Amino acid sequence: MVVTGLAVHELVETYRNGEATPSAATRAYLDRIAAVDPSVRAYITVTPERALAAAEAADARWRAGRPRSPIDGVPIAVKDLLCTKGVRTTCGSRILEHFVPPYDATVIERLEAAGAVLLGKTNMDEFAMGSSTEHSAFFATRNPWDLARVPGGSSGGSGAAVAADLAAAALGSDTGGSIRQPAAFTGTVGLKPTYGRVSRYGLVAFASSLDQIGPFARDVTDAALVLRVIAGRDPLDSTSVDVPVPDFVAELGRPIEGLRIGVPREYFVEGMDPEVEAAVREAIEVLKRLGGRAEPISLPTTDYALAAYYLVAPAEASSNLARYDGVKYGSRAAGARDVIDMYSKTRAQGFGPEVKRRIMLGTYALAAGYYEAYYGKAQKVRTLVRRDFDAAFARVDVIVAPTTPNVPFKLGEKEDPLAMYLNDVFTIPVNLAGLPGISVRCGFSLAALPIGLQFIGRPFDEATLLRAAHAYEQATGWQKRRPPLS
Amino acid sequence: MGGRIEMREVEQVARLARLELSAEEKERMREQLDRILGYIDKLRRLDTEGVPPTSHVVPMVNVMREDEPRPCLPSEEMLANAPDRQGDFFRVPRIIED
Repeated sequence: MVVTGLAVHELVETYRNGEATPSAATRAYLDRIAAVDPSVRAYITVTPERALAAAEAADARWRAGRPRSPIDGVPIAVKDLLCTKGVRTTCGSRILEHFVPPYDATVIERLEAAGAVLLGKTNMDEFAMGSSTEHSAFFATRNPWDLARVPGGSSGGSGAAVAADLAAAALGSDTGGSIRQPAAFTGTVGLKPTYGRVSRYGLVAFASSLDQIGPFARDVTDAALVLRVIAGRDPLDSTSVDVPVPDFVAELGRPIEGLRIGVPREYFVEGMDPEVEAAVREAIEVLKRLGGRAEPISLPTTDYALAAYYLVAPAEASSNLARYDGVKYGSRAAGARDVIDMYSKTRAQGFGPEVKRRIMLGTYALAAGYYEAYYGKAQKVRTLVRRDFDAAFARVDVIVAPTTPNVPFKLGEKEDPLAMYLNDVFTIPVNLAGLPGISVRCGFSLAALPIGLQFIGRPFDEATLLRAAHAYEQATGWQKRRPPLS
Repeated sequence: MGGRIEMREVEQVARLARLELSAEEKERMREQLDRILGYIDKLRRLDTEGVPPTSHVVPMVNVMREDEPRPCLPSEEMLANAPDRQGDFFRVPRIIED
């Protein structure tokens, strides 16, 4: 049987009833990666030996009828900014091209403790800065629905891997939309959990007040399964929050009758693709038929969120990326006159243009004389964005909106940095407010490109978010269509 | 269009950020930062008088633990990624002159 197209919860059923085994599934995925990934290019590194060893251990557990978890033996891909002990972790950057971490990120430990099989490390925009995966220092990843188009970013490799059946699920990270936007572009489910829900220990930091790790999956049930495994307080990340981790899957079946659904006026704007708007409006009708009570709401600061983000995120990045100095790890430039020259040349050679741009912007925003006008102002705007959501969530239980204003664009189409940034206009406010958000497929354009529907929830209320997304998904069946790959 | 950021500011910021930029990169950086800052200028239209700043969304105080020794990664593993080392030290170009 073909196991590579199955959802995680379907795959483990085949393990349970003996139709397939973790090592057979892992081999099937490795074969498909060998056949298909040369055209998609989702992976930077594939780890067949490690994967098969983990799969064989899982075989034995399933044979004994004692799986460790509902994802035991499931082949998973992870974005190449999660540290994996003994496996190169590049962050899509030349400066970390040969970096081999001496420890595992907490999410990697938790996945492996649950029995998951790590297939490899996925491509990404360098240091997670970008919305197309074209800013990877190594190569661009292609969208499985149309190889001439981008898969979104920065977690484009993880989105493409799940869409092209090159992994059963994947992990990414989301600082301004880097899970939800590529999920929309690749027609996968992408969940950005609440800030503090998942430990970031071992995540290469971009913007520490915004970064969060989350799953890519074929359907909402799978996203809930993976979130359950990776969520929870971790003493090694002081920003992870000690709140109960519910059984998200058990909550999924509950009906959404009477659920109050906010529709923010500011997310339906001039200039957005009419096909996206039509698909999202139709999705809202579906939610109403399921018993949801749609209510118009206003999030008045939305139009300013992107500008605030492009001060906060680069400012934090300029500080976080100061560690790449050619001393402790990473590459070092040769032929320097002195230590300052060594730092400057190392960073000039190691970083790509987008990373340099953001370091420059962030350093400028934090510089004496500009701090109040730029960084200080952005922090106040961030408060207004939070207040908008607080006011909305006093009236509604969940918010629905488009994930992106457009369908996937062509490689090379957005050369202007600002045009690229504008792609994240609907995902960034969620990061600024630290809220959970999920993107699910809600249709296709006439050119057969997937369209993403975004649900936004209250802090730590992923359960309601997942329940609403699941009800929508089950009512429509969009997730069943597969990309036209061999 | 233009004039928000001057070349000498680009050079100063690049120095602070420890980024060596070519003449061509500096000019492109100046133009691009100028355009991005032009977009960001829209924030001036938003009244934030009396609004407190948000630096972190989760209300949080310092997280403490008992000051007890715990195992840490072996120095050999930590040094394995160093571009240059001497014994148990990271080696860098001379910082202090004789």
